[in-house]
Amino acid sequence: MIAAIAFWVFAIILLASAAMVVTARNPVHSVLFLILAFFNAAALFLLAGAEFLAMILLIVYVGAVAVLFLFVVMMLDIDAAELRSGFQRYLPVGLAVAAVLLVELGAVLWGWKVAPGGVALRAAPPVAGLSNTAQLGAVLYTDNVLLFQAAGMVLLIAMIGAIVLTLRDRTRSRRQVIAAQLARRPADTLDVVRVPLRAGVKELGIRRPKLAAPAAPGQHDSEGGH
Amino acid sequence: MLYAVAVFAPLFGCVIAGLFGKVIGDRAAQAVTILCMILATVCGVSAFVALVYQGAPPGVVSLGTWVEAGSFHASWTLRYDALAAVMVAMVTLVATLIHIYSIGYMSHDGTIWRFFSYLSLFSFAMLMLVTADNLLQLFFGWEGVGLASYLLIGYWYDRPSACAAAIKAFVVNRIGDLGFAVGIALVFFIFGSIEFDTIFGAVAQHQNDTFHVLGVTWRAYEVIGILLFVGAMGKSAQIGLHVWLPDAMEGPTPVSALIHAATMVTAGVFLMARFSPLLDYAPGALDFIVFIGATTALFAATIGCAQNDIKRVIAYSTCSQLGYMFVAVGVGAYQASIFHLLTHAFFKALLFLGAGAVIHAMSDEQDMRKMGGLWKKIPLTYVMMWAGSLALAGVFPFAGFYSKDAILEDAWASHTAIGQYGFWCTLIAAFLTGFYSWRLLIMTFHGKPRADQRTLEHVHESPPVMTVPLILLAIGALTTGFIFHNQLIGAGWHAFWGNSIEIAAGNHVLEEMDRDPQWVVLAPSVLGLLGIGVAYLFYMVAPGIPGWLAARFGGVYRLLLNKWYVDELYDAVFVRPTLALARTLWQTGDVTIIDGIPNGVAALAEDGAAQVVKMQTGSMAAYAFAMLIGLVFLVGIFLIFLR
Amino acid sequence: MAVGLGSYLTVAALLLVLGIFGIFLNRKNVIIILMSIELILLAVNLNLVAFSAALGDLVGQVFALFVLTVAAAEAAIGLAIVMIYFRNRGSIQVEDVNLMKG
Repeated sequence: MIAAIAFWVFAIILLASAAMVVTARNPVHSVLFLILAFFNAAALFLLAGAEFLAMILLIVYVGAVAVLFLFVVMMLDIDAAELRSGFQRYLPVGLAVAAVLLVELGAVLWGWKVAPGGVALRAAPPVAGLSNTAQLGAVLYTDNVLLFQAAGMVLLIAMIGAIVLTLRDRTRSRRQVIAAQLARRPADTLDVVRVPLRAGVKELGIRRPKLAAPAAPGQHDSEGGH
Repeated sequence: MLYAVAVFAPLFGCVIAGLFGKVIGDRAAQAVTILCMILATVCGVSAFVALVYQGAPPGVVSLGTWVEAGSFHASWTLRYDALAAVMVAMVTLVATLIHIYSIGYMSHDGTIWRFFSYLSLFSFAMLMLVTADNLLQLFFGWEGVGLASYLLIGYWYDRPSACAAAIKAFVVNRIGDLGFAVGIALVFFIFGSIEFDTIFGAVAQHQNDTFHVLGVTWRAYEVIGILLFVGAMGKSAQIGLHVWLPDAMEGPTPVSALIHAATMVTAGVFLMARFSPLLDYAPGALDFIVFIGATTALFAATIGCAQNDIKRVIAYSTCSQLGYMFVAVGVGAYQASIFHLLTHAFFKALLFLGAGAVIHAMSDEQDMRKMGGLWKKIPLTYVMMWAGSLALAGVFPFAGFYSKDAILEDAWASHTAIGQYGFWCTLIAAFLTGFYSWRLLIMTFHGKPRADQRTLEHVHESPPVMTVPLILLAIGALTTGFIFHNQLIGAGWHAFWGNSIEIAAGNHVLEEMDRDPQWVVLAPSVLGLLGIGVAYLFYMVAPGIPGWLAARFGGVYRLLLNKWYVDELYDAVFVRPTLALARTLWQTGDVTIIDGIPNGVAALAEDGAAQVVKMQTGSMAAYAFAMLIGLVFLVGIFLIFLR
Repeated sequence: MAVGLGSYLTVAALLLVLGIFGIFLNRKNVIIILMSIELILLAVNLNLVAFSAALGDLVGQVFALFVLTVAAAEAAIGLAIVMIYFRNRGSIQVEDVNLMKG
């Protein structure tokens, strides 16, 4: 009884915060609502008896992924005001598609039945006497150890990928190299030129190198280049 | 053998001159073609003499098979009988003389080898036509002369008027050829064969066959006769399909002499004579032929009286004389029509070549209003033109007297209403013939010279290469009449013609001719002389009269000058609507609809692609959106159809 | 289980729909899209865990674990891409992300 009430409370808060995630004006609010949603989902997991997964959800999703989201949202200096328009334009279509999908999901769930011999087909029946975590460990490291290793590889790749993508090349920033400075001679940097009377820069052939005009952000030429 | 050589020698000349003319040069081309034509003449005349006077048997010279398709057989065969031999002899002789004449007349031309090649081509086609033993071969010759006519009328192809005239000739001939072709098909339908021997042998059998077309029953022979005559109308420029003949004068004068006087235009008459066995069983068709022929004779003669171009006068004269020949055919006197064809070939070719000599002397001036006072300067030409005109007008003892009078007497002797119509029309036409012939002579050679000084200084007699053919033709014009009239149309005509001309049992018109009243016999000559006298009066004695008459009867004069407005009528009724229709079909049908369909499909594909390209916005959000919609869609399909 | 399987599934379905709704509703911020994807994955996880509990099969939870792993990796890479995109373009408005045109 209490469990049922708890379920529905958590479920309603979950759905409400999920709705707020997509409709919040401020992206920071969206992230915070996402965290709330995760918390409630963890509670639902607990109610279903998957303790390990619930805790992992909190640690990984909330502690790492959501925080990452928050970092990025904070780091990108987004003007909150300009993010408002256009919301109404896609609302009807979005609602329509969502409604259709909901109907389809309902149609799927409406007449489902468990197969008669389904119970016998269970791949990992629970072992009595062990906690959820222990049971998970018993299944994970034995039958699915290869998948486990693969998951690890995926994470490794993701980590390397993130670094590769965002590593800023440092050649554009200037650093002093003392040895080069000391080794410089006047001949490398100075040119003595005999300037005729009234000659200008053009006649001498001294020209400043032309700089490429930087494109304004958001604009591009016809091929999509800068 | 001789016969085959007579027919194919011109072809050899044509091929050599045509293919190698540029290489071997003009002189050699002329030499080759003329030698071949002389050879053909010698062989042709010999074959004629052998058949008629030395009792050689008529027969066929078989050359090979052409078409074998089921029950339809056509072969290349030369028919050797009196009718064909007469035509071969005449065609080769006249063609050779004209070849020789052309050496002088065309001496200033740039592509002489081409001209001679075309002349020989024409000769070959004409000979194939007259020696054909089946309708398909005759049609081959028929089309061949049409082709040669087109090539020769448009010989000076840089003149737009010549090109237009050539096309006009070809198209109008085509209309006649349609009738001819349908006629051939009907002949095959009735007789099961297109070979003359088979057809003529079965004529009596099928005489009562009928067709049912459009709910009406027609007698087969009448239909065939009229259809074949339609073809002859086109080729021989009878009224209705005559419009091409005056325009054909755009070609060089030797062409006019050969093709449009002596030979090609007579092919229609020849066809009718060839089909005498069949036509004699089709009285309705024969009546129609008389009607058309008589009307043409009168009609063309009236126009000839008002023309100012020397060649046009002679052209309308040809048209009129062809009408005479068809009158003869229509009353059943085929022999007389061929006789007149023979004499007409000589004197009409003479007249044309004489006119050519005048034009040559007058530095290519053809308008008679700018001539005059030439008889002392070109006396030989003058005498030749007199000879031709006398023969044309039918003055005794020249050729025309015998042949023309025979036709009029036959028309009277037929004792039918349509024969009477034919008689009166041709009689009036005889008067007009005398009139316009002497009008031509007097305007061209007499009176004060109306040309300018420079042209008059250049007037000179033609070189012998041009005058000798004139003299030879004049001899023919003078003598062929009284030499041949007894054999061809006299009592012993059957001995001459043999089986080549067959007449029905009830056809006695040639015998009846001898029983005509005296005034009928004398009337043509009297009226001819009357015409000459009137012309003398109008143009020599009182030259003001024609002008006064033209002013007084302005409408009539304009009607005659403008050829009874037939060309304008055809233009309004046929040419303009056809051009408008063609233009519509081109612009709307072809360009808009037929071209529009692939173009439209291409444009549709292009537009479609342009619309589809808009889906590639590059916008990630749009792509994501599309993916989601696709997902929902797929799930929906899965749920609905694949449960 | 405290409530029937159906309730869990309903909640998960609604969560899924909310996530999808969020993807194409938000044209202004790519990060919101990423968060919507996280919601979708959460809904999937909820489904898996619910069935695992209902059928008494641990494989559901194992699979949910893997989904979690992949979701974390994907969030990391996604955010890295957003960051360098912002570095290059100066904006993370979804409508401006249209360099793939053609």
